[in-house]
Amino acid sequence: MKHEIIIAGFGGQGVLSMGKILAYAGLLDGKEVTWMPAYGPEQRGGTANVTVILSDEQISSPVLDSYDVAVILNQQSLDKFESRVKPGGLLIYDPYGIHRKPERTDIRIAEVNATEAAIETGNTKTYNMLLLGALLKLVPMVPIEAVIRGLEKTLPERHHNLIPLNRDAIMRGEQLVK
Amino acid sequence: MENKEEIKLLKGNEAIAHAAIRYGVDGYFGYPITPQSEVLETLEALMPWETTGMVVLQAESEVAAINMVYGGASSGKAVMTSSSSPGVSLKQEGISYIAAGELPALIVNVMRGGPGLGTIQPSQADYFQAVKGGGHGDYHLIVLAPASVQEMADFVGLGFDLAFKYRTPAMILADGVIGQMMEKVVLPPARPRRTDEEIVALCPWAARGKFGRKQRNVSTTLELDPQAMEKNNIRLQETYRRIEAGEVRFEEYMTEDADYLIVAFGCMARICRKAIEDARACGLKVGLLRPITLWPFPTEAIKALSGQVRGILVAELNAGQMIDDVRLAVEGRTPVCHFGRTGGIVPNPQEVLNALCKDFNVEMEDAK
Repeated sequence: MKHEIIIAGFGGQGVLSMGKILAYAGLLDGKEVTWMPAYGPEQRGGTANVTVILSDEQISSPVLDSYDVAVILNQQSLDKFESRVKPGGLLIYDPYGIHRKPERTDIRIAEVNATEAAIETGNTKTYNMLLLGALLKLVPMVPIEAVIRGLEKTLPERHHNLIPLNRDAIMRGEQLVK
Repeated sequence: MENKEEIKLLKGNEAIAHAAIRYGVDGYFGYPITPQSEVLETLEALMPWETTGMVVLQAESEVAAINMVYGGASSGKAVMTSSSSPGVSLKQEGISYIAAGELPALIVNVMRGGPGLGTIQPSQADYFQAVKGGGHGDYHLIVLAPASVQEMADFVGLGFDLAFKYRTPAMILADGVIGQMMEKVVLPPARPRRTDEEIVALCPWAARGKFGRKQRNVSTTLELDPQAMEKNNIRLQETYRRIEAGEVRFEEYMTEDADYLIVAFGCMARICRKAIEDARACGLKVGLLRPITLWPFPTEAIKALSGQVRGILVAELNAGQMIDDVRLAVEGRTPVCHFGRTGGIVPNPQEVLNALCKDFNVEMEDAK
């Protein structure tokens, strides 16, 4: 089984770290993984995207032209990546700030209102974990337990007290899927 | 740090730093530049001076860093530097001196798009600089081209082993993709740095004082007598012939029945591997030869395959550099075409496949 995923949005939304936690979870689940960021001078406010591949077999190219799953968090990314989801693939998007909704009819489209949910929960920093929960609900590519262990690996120990908060956000994210 | 293998998820740049500490490197001297800054950052975060005693120093410039490497190497220490394209240009004088001094050292270049300051995005446009000299004079570096984060880690040890075996500087020629991407990596077991006694035994040439002998060793590259200087050159060339005879490394993928061959290194080899998977799914028999050592170049392996295939595509992130060495190997036996992107653009597998089909006038019935 192979999952080719693009996560794209604004810098500061947790795009790269969401990809990293997913990749770590894949690694801990015994998969081959690659995490390829579009790196650059962009920080908060600029665009950011990361390609994550999870596979049972050796991964050839870390750079792709089409994806099984796209997680889209702003209009620019939707414009860029909607056409690059493979037929039959999945596009998850957050409607916040989206003025032109996705139009493809040959892919699954899931609207996940994670911005609203993050504001509701009062902790906007768990925004990307809400999305990760939604993604794993729609495509259970790694077990949640591996994600939690991935968090333990990626978060510095002084922040391990935040893991339950992130776990709750992942659970809440699962419920955001209609 | 543990004395056993360890599996981690790391960026290529981070893997270099981890591997350097585990190899028992004595000193790293560098200056930050994107896309390789994580090498220095990771070393400073890991603070190996507290554990192995390794020196990690941010020099005042790339020129200072390479000359610190020159000094450390002269004393038989395992020393290294890393930079990206514009910074590696600055180091070239020092690299020529290290080669002339017959000293082991490791230089890492995580290439970005040029010329000039260019872009911080990935490139392979320093191929000529790395394999054809770069600095002045007749010399070669052993040039290793990693195509994965695992190889970034592995080639630190391999680079140093070869550098000490042949007393010549080695270079890891990576690119922004391999430096910035994260993959699973198995880090080698840690080993202690060499003791002074071990260095004296391994490097009888090292300039470390008299050590009870009558004469001290001196490291110099100046020789005003042309007769003596030609002898130095002949000795260097003999070393290069031994390296060419013994250290060519490459990887073949699906070449047995290939009608077409792609030659690519580093991140382009990974992208081409995917292109080959897609081509094979459409019935087009394409294979890949990935040079692992860019110098010495796998001339004989390419020569052997050139009699079998209908055409060769050389795919690089530059305007056509390695293609010269492929053409020299092929000697006109089969057509050789080039696919390249420049300026920091990284193509996707489909672009490579389209180029192959166009150049050799082949059609894939159900090409995507």
